[in-house]
Amino acid sequence: MEKEDFNFKPIQPPVELIGKLTAKARQLRKDVLVMLAKAGSGHTGGSLSAVDILTALYYYVLRHRPDEPDWPERDRFVLSKGHAAPALYAVLADCGYFPREHLETLRRLGSPLQGHPCLCTTGVEICTGSLGHGLSLANGMALGLRIDRKDSRVYALLGDGECEEGEVWEAAMSSAHFKLSRLTAIVDKNRLQIDGATSEVMNIDPLDEKFRSFGWQALVVDGHDFKQLLSAFRFAAQERRCPTAIIANTVKGKGVSFMENNLEFHGRAPTEAELKWALAELGK
Amino acid sequence: MGSGGTGQVERFSLRSAYGEALLELGRRRKNVVVLDADLALSTKTVRFRKSFPSRFFDMGIAEADMIDTAVGLATTGKLVFVSTFAMFAVGKPWEQIRNSAAYSGVTLNIVATHSGISVGEDGSSHQCIEDIALMRIIPGTTVIAPADDVATYALVMKLAEHKGLSYMRLTRPNLPRIYPEGESFEIGKAKVLKKGTQATIVATGSLVWPSLQATDILAEEGISIGVIDMHTVKPLDSKPVIEAAERTGFIVTAEEHTVIGGLGEAVASLLAEHHPTRIKRIGIQNRFGESGSCDELMDLFGFTPEAIAREIKEAL
Ligand SMILES: Cc1ncc(C[n+]2csc(CCOP(=O)(O)OP(=O)(O)O)c2C)c(N)n1
Ligand SMILES: [Mg+2]
Repeated sequence: MEKEDFNFKPIQPPVELIGKLTAKARQLRKDVLVMLAKAGSGHTGGSLSAVDILTALYYYVLRHRPDEPDWPERDRFVLSKGHAAPALYAVLADCGYFPREHLETLRRLGSPLQGHPCLCTTGVEICTGSLGHGLSLANGMALGLRIDRKDSRVYALLGDGECEEGEVWEAAMSSAHFKLSRLTAIVDKNRLQIDGATSEVMNIDPLDEKFRSFGWQALVVDGHDFKQLLSAFRFAAQERRCPTAIIANTVKGKGVSFMENNLEFHGRAPTEAELKWALAELGK
Repeated sequence: MGSGGTGQVERFSLRSAYGEALLELGRRRKNVVVLDADLALSTKTVRFRKSFPSRFFDMGIAEADMIDTAVGLATTGKLVFVSTFAMFAVGKPWEQIRNSAAYSGVTLNIVATHSGISVGEDGSSHQCIEDIALMRIIPGTTVIAPADDVATYALVMKLAEHKGLSYMRLTRPNLPRIYPEGESFEIGKAKVLKKGTQATIVATGSLVWPSLQATDILAEEGISIGVIDMHTVKPLDSKPVIEAAERTGFIVTAEEHTVIGGLGEAVASLLAEHHPTRIKRIGIQNRFGESGSCDELMDLFGFTPEAIAREIKEAL
């Protein structure tokens, strides 16, 4: 695992803000679990590991207007690891992009909430689900916004296993080549994929050095520590020459003891009983 | 899958049959090598991995790299099987398949699972309904879609003797068994399951069983329909199709795949050239799949015995 080196100056976000985000993330984790249990299938581990990153983005970092999803000045977010759709849906519903009741229809026939992100969901910028596409898609958005002289920023969230896809590195080359300094890639580095530990299936380390050698600024943070996440996003926003990669060290299944670091919950929803235990653990 | 009137049929896993066959091939032949892209548990190549760890490579989530690596292995005399979900097995690395594998003329077997809309809840990004078309259009390829686990096992064993680039598509859900255990199959030789007088269904993969059921429903109304299991979509076994066209004058094709470029078009081209015949193509009509349960989706797309029977009756 990369060491969390503060090679950038941490900001001191107000204590209330951290408290607010922490409470929000706890609620979102519950929404994710309830939604998945109701659906009876879906990706639990990778949704939970991404909740804090999404919370930091949608409740502090991103400029967006849930009541005006097509607002031209908005920042863009691409969920490259599309299987974490439940986490995104929980956030979008909570922000008010669509009614909360939709969450109960996840993965059902006719639902606006498809198994993987799709444009039929308000607030989703682009279809994803096949791994490896998101960073290229984000590059295209960043290039287009730059042509239009907009200062909107673009964020893409990738899985660490996903970084095994060659396209990720083709895109990484382009982002740096085109000096897309308004682009930030976040890697949800939970150290697991499906067939096992990423270090054993296909080692991607050291990720921070890889991005740096491709011409990026790379920051390594604890992906469940809001102070570090907000600092990294702030630092990225100040960079004018190159794109920034935030390597977020996370725990797959974060927040529920029996799901944490448990491969089994990569692609499985909790049962009713497991949901009950999980909700009890997350508490109020 | 299937609703009403079909009762509770026992279903068997095609993926497990593939896993079994790989294991047997691994035992028999030292040059069998298997590659997967982080889906070994789902594709069932995991069993080969456990028994022959030195001849199994998990390539990570890197399908394009996997195909070209497989081609490299094939050039050293290895009999390579490559597996992942259909979308990522042929959709993502199509150009690698076309230029490195097919054009080089190596022998390589791509066995993909999770084809079609029966994938279910994962939704359209994971429901490959174009794989038959994508693999058919490449020169010299063999394209196979077994209808049950028995056919899967037998045809995988046959692939081990088969030259060139071959593609086999398997479904995620288990399917009812059509063939007795030990039934033998020849690649490129269709199975005429039933002869009829009024129409013949040429079906492949998961739609063979519902097609058979549909003919039972129609038989009760005195309508006589034949069924051919076209497990090898390419090269297409033309003889039984032309015979059926001559005998019944009406051919229905059935596939869990887009009608554009799939079995339906293969049969239509054949008949247009050799024996112009009325055709109805059952399949996915110029649209994407979506999330839902397998049963609901099979129903939505008209792949139940009842829906197939209805279509045929209306067309007659
Ligand atoms: C191109 C492609 N290949 C395979 C898959 C199947 N798949 C879904 S999730 C996953 C593992 C992802 O691992 P990682 O990126 O580390 O995600 P996380 O651990 O955050 O869930 C795989 C192989 C896919 N969705 N897309
Ligand atoms: Mg991971």
